[in-house]
Amino acid sequence: MTTIAATSAPARRRKLVGAGRRQWIGLLYVAPAVALVVVFFIVPLGMTAWMSLHNWPLMGEHYLIGLDNYWAILRDTRFWNALKFTGYYTVIVTIAIFVVAFPLALFIERPRQMTGFYRTSFFMPAVIGFASASLLWSWLLNVDSGLFSPATFELGLTEKKVNLLATFQPAFWSIIAMVVWKVAGFTMIILMTGLQSIPPDLQEAAMIDGAGPLARFRAITLPLMRRTLALALILSVAGSVLAFDQFYIILRGGPRNQTLTAVYWIFNQSFVSFKLGYGAALSMVLLVILVALSLIQLRLLRQPEGID
Amino acid sequence: MAQARSRKRRIGMQIAEHSTGIVASLLFLAPIVWTVLSAFKPAQESRQPPLPPWPTTGFSVENYATLNTFGDGLWLPAQNSIYVSVMTVVLSVIVSVLAGYGFSRFRFPLKNLLFVVILSTIMIPFQSILTPIFLVLTKIGLHNTLTGLVCVYVTLQLPFSIFMMRNAFDAVPREIEEAARMDGANNVTMLLRVMLPLVWPGIVTIALFAFLGAWNEFLAALVLMTDQSKFTLPIMMTALQSGRFGAIDWGAVQAGVTVMMSPCLVLFLLLQRFYIRGLMAGAVK
Repeated sequence: MTTIAATSAPARRRKLVGAGRRQWIGLLYVAPAVALVVVFFIVPLGMTAWMSLHNWPLMGEHYLIGLDNYWAILRDTRFWNALKFTGYYTVIVTIAIFVVAFPLALFIERPRQMTGFYRTSFFMPAVIGFASASLLWSWLLNVDSGLFSPATFELGLTEKKVNLLATFQPAFWSIIAMVVWKVAGFTMIILMTGLQSIPPDLQEAAMIDGAGPLARFRAITLPLMRRTLALALILSVAGSVLAFDQFYIILRGGPRNQTLTAVYWIFNQSFVSFKLGYGAALSMVLLVILVALSLIQLRLLRQPEGID
Repeated sequence: MAQARSRKRRIGMQIAEHSTGIVASLLFLAPIVWTVLSAFKPAQESRQPPLPPWPTTGFSVENYATLNTFGDGLWLPAQNSIYVSVMTVVLSVIVSVLAGYGFSRFRFPLKNLLFVVILSTIMIPFQSILTPIFLVLTKIGLHNTLTGLVCVYVTLQLPFSIFMMRNAFDAVPREIEEAARMDGANNVTMLLRVMLPLVWPGIVTIALFAFLGAWNEFLAALVLMTDQSKFTLPIMMTALQSGRFGAIDWGAVQAGVTVMMSPCLVLFLLLQRFYIRGLMAGAVK
């Protein structure tokens, strides 16, 4: 082993010196990617910050107003309500997704007949888009031509057809049901990779020591899955904080603007009211919240896997 | 005796497990199956609640014909969606294969910084930079064009697909390259003839994610495509479902949702292992 290392190290160094110029070509290979990221990401990011300091209507001149947009945000109770609703939705939907996805992951992780079929079925809704899923459910939730209201009425469970989208509670929980249906399979696969990375001997050893299934789950499965859990959590939280499609397509922010999310409010300010500067300031707030969440969760991820 | 009893118990357990599995599978599949079946009802029947889900008065493609009468028809937005998705796949594959190769096999100034910057864009929500993207597209003359939308989608794919491709190239042993270089292969033939066949599973994975991402994306298309002739399927269907073209025809919505779901489901069923691979690669790293 040592002899190979000893002979190959100088050889490699010589090759690198000779290839010194050729290495620069690498810059050429990554140039298209860098150009795209700069033009369509870095520049817009800088512009968001710049625009947030301006009064910037769609038509006409824009002018610098300093931090006025940010002062306006402090007084914008509808934005804070949207943010509060987004937080509420994120907490509820994340819990709901995990409550469904974890048992599914445990179920498909054990090899048995038809596991492939089960896994594929659970995962199918995850590959269709949020827009398709929202359109589909907006039909299922429709009071006259849909499925749920007429079905419960026909079965005699309700006295009349109930419009699920007319009041906050049923509308909100309908969205939760739809999102869980759409996303649980995705979270399930992530959790499954975590479960599969636990060495089976560990479980067997604990079983021989007389640990029951619940004790094994708490002492082995959960601690060893901490990183995977953190990742699934990041994806679920980030996705939910940015929720837009389902609230726009199924509820249009209603009933009575109670389901406007943060992104929805920014969309309204920027592209319905065309207050581009104010929208940019709102975007900065959202951006800071999201980056902060990501950093916190990345720290969770970085902690070494294992039992403390 | 005891053996027989434990066998009976095991069979009982299996039955219980499989019934749970089948019921759960049906719950997840039901909305999709319900829509696909209902879309084939005659228009008259589509207005009624879908009980039962299958057509009772004969199969019909009337809903698809109706869908085709709204706005610019079905074919134009479908064409737009296909164009945007295919172009996103082609461009993001080309750009990330080149970048993945560059980041894996060369040393150049700022290499690590550039890599980290590209990867960290995944932390920043594109929803918060849509207005400036709109202005940038206007500035470079791609405002309200499908090509502009493609550029945005490709950029959004890059962190994931460059990460995937860099890892794929890293996994190719250096000896193979050195042998090819002895035979006089230059950088380009090396990449095309020697490396590509070895990293193609990675390419299939990023192509699949790029297609699904572009085909399903909603908010950017809604904001950036203001002209009806540039609508992609999700935007056109949402316009229809919001009553923009008059009374809402739920039969047409079912037909449209079927059209929107089908490519995703077919591609996923065909390329499932590549999809799961991509998820795992993201999850493990």
